[in-house]
Amino acid sequence: MAGLTIRGVTKSYGETQVMHGVDLDIEDGEFVVYVGPSGCGKSTLLRMIAGLEEISGGEISIGDRVVNEVAPSKRGVAMVFQTYALYPHMSVYNNMAFGLKQIKTPKDEIDRRVREAAKILHIEEYLERTPRALSGGQRQRVAIGRAIVREPDVFLFDEPLSNLDAALRGQTRLEIARLHERLGVTMIYVTHDQVEAMTLADKIVVLRDGRVEQVGRPMDLYNTPQNLFVASFIGSPAMNFFKAEMNKDGVFIGGKAPVTKAVEAAGGVTVGLRPEHLIPCEESEAFVSGKLELVEQLGDHELLHLVREDSSEFVAKMEFLADKKRGEALYFKAAEDRIHLFDSKSEQRL
Amino acid sequence: MAVVSQNTTFSKVFWPAVAWSVAIIFFFPIFWMVFTSFKTDADAVKPEFLFFFTPTLENYTNMTENYDYWRFAINSVITATFATIFALVVGVPAAYAMAFNPSRATKDVLMWMLSTKMLPAAAVLYPMTFLTKNFLDIYDTHFLIIVVLCLINLPIVIWMLFTYFKEIPKEIIEAGKMDGVDTWGEIKDILIPLAWGGVASTALLCFIFCWNEAYWTVRLTTTEAATLSKLIEGNRAPEGLFFGRLSAVSTAAVGPIVVLGWFCQKQLVQGLTFGAVK
Ligand SMILES: Nc1ncnc2c1ncn2[C@@H]1O[C@H](COP(=O)(O)OP(=O)(O)OP(=O)(O)O)[C@@H](O)[C@H]1O
Ligand SMILES: [Mg+2]
Repeated sequence: MAGLTIRGVTKSYGETQVMHGVDLDIEDGEFVVYVGPSGCGKSTLLRMIAGLEEISGGEISIGDRVVNEVAPSKRGVAMVFQTYALYPHMSVYNNMAFGLKQIKTPKDEIDRRVREAAKILHIEEYLERTPRALSGGQRQRVAIGRAIVREPDVFLFDEPLSNLDAALRGQTRLEIARLHERLGVTMIYVTHDQVEAMTLADKIVVLRDGRVEQVGRPMDLYNTPQNLFVASFIGSPAMNFFKAEMNKDGVFIGGKAPVTKAVEAAGGVTVGLRPEHLIPCEESEAFVSGKLELVEQLGDHELLHLVREDSSEFVAKMEFLADKKRGEALYFKAAEDRIHLFDSKSEQRL
Repeated sequence: MAVVSQNTTFSKVFWPAVAWSVAIIFFFPIFWMVFTSFKTDADAVKPEFLFFFTPTLENYTNMTENYDYWRFAINSVITATFATIFALVVGVPAAYAMAFNPSRATKDVLMWMLSTKMLPAAAVLYPMTFLTKNFLDIYDTHFLIIVVLCLINLPIVIWMLFTYFKEIPKEIIEAGKMDGVDTWGEIKDILIPLAWGGVASTALLCFIFCWNEAYWTVRLTTTEAATLSKLIEGNRAPEGLFFGRLSAVSTAAVGPIVVLGWFCQKQLVQGLTFGAVK
């Protein structure tokens, strides 16, 4: 059992620096998810914790031990790879037992642990097969099983579900959540799927270009994103942004002022509104309006794609709205605490 | 329709005919060698016995009784086997290092290794003979032949192994690191089992090259470490007299390697066309 401390960690490949001083505290037993766009350094950070990538600067501690110079297998971490990385020439049983054999675990102890892990993951029938003879989902379980038997302090997952189809992804996601519940150990999980991030995480770390943009509980990130990047990255469909006008009465994006207090922002104000927080209303109450361009039916709700007068677009998410025609003008308001204000220049929350 | 069927009949006959002709042209010298080995030296040069003659095993019995065929054969086996083993012992770790821990220099090192094959062997004939004879005193020893065979094949061995190892996903090796295997364990428990087809065909090819090597084995031996290449060379009379005998010796020299290649054909083809991993 151990938490994790990352202090000023940097990473360079030759001349190019890809991590620019990351600080992070992860508590014992926490489920932490790294999200961010492709190439932002999620895998790199994870692999530095695993010991597969050298740490160019700063310090990583697991528990109260600095592990910069410790071999991967001695760090008390286990990793689940995106490509599973099972040993193709070994049976499922031996895939799981391999690590334990390396540290000369007694045979019956190995057997006990492998069978227990197989039971948790429902792969008991496949123990004698080789990975070749398994489906993608089963292989993924074996990969998780291989991590479990080593009883690590920290589990590392690098996009473990990205090679699975949608149904299996949902199911395996749930199983990983259960596993975390059951084992209660620290888990660090990399994904660029923000649904996975929101549902699994105790704490989400949003990364961009080798820097931490924001750290917080999923609902904190959803409710109070600290900057435009986090605001646009968390939530689906993505948040709408509107260039706003300011005067002493408040902030306008056309129509009525949604925020009726004076705001200080050197670089101008950008208003953020999530599609699900737009409420249809009368023209007199509205502070944003647009002509209906397209409706996406999703069964329980629909997404309205609208175009404003200045031809910028936004999206509203609603339950069924009767009698809409293409080109019709629709009017929206929103609760004041659902309105996000950002400085357009610094991109920080106001 | 007519055109199409005409076309297919044509290609059904024409291309196989071309293929067979080419194959026969290539195979003919070998056929002729085996054929001639059953003629007496006298018959071998007479035009009237070109195809019709009384076959004899005289050349073969003569070879084993008078020219000590087995000693040459055993030398060939010893030198080719040990040279292959040493080439793998050096080549596997070298290829492993370059495939999984590449540096900026890796490409250049590989090219440099290959470039050693571009040096004409004749250019170093004098220093090699002089040094091994007068200086190191290892001329005509098994040791010398093994070292030479090993070294001249090492570049190809490393290249081949490198390409096979490159095919193995890096994550599998990394999973091994997470599981706590050391470098030797990675090679023994993960790399070699996974690249088994590739390692085997590399070994086989290296063995064949060693067996067939003639430039150095002929020039750096006299009797002690002389291989089958030397035996053939020794029976090559400049006047072209003993064709029957020469053919028998040559047949007996290439025979074992052809049989070996035949048995390992599947392995070789599989290894050389990759797809052995995954
Ligand atoms: N071996 C390497 N040499 C040079 N640059 C590298 C190397 N490995 C990764 N990088 C760079 O480091 C940055 C971070 O890569 P990383 O793989 O951590 O991204 P990621 O967030 O995991 O992306 P993805 O979501 O696509 O997996 C990228 O810009 C990448 O180009
Ligand atoms: Mg990645």
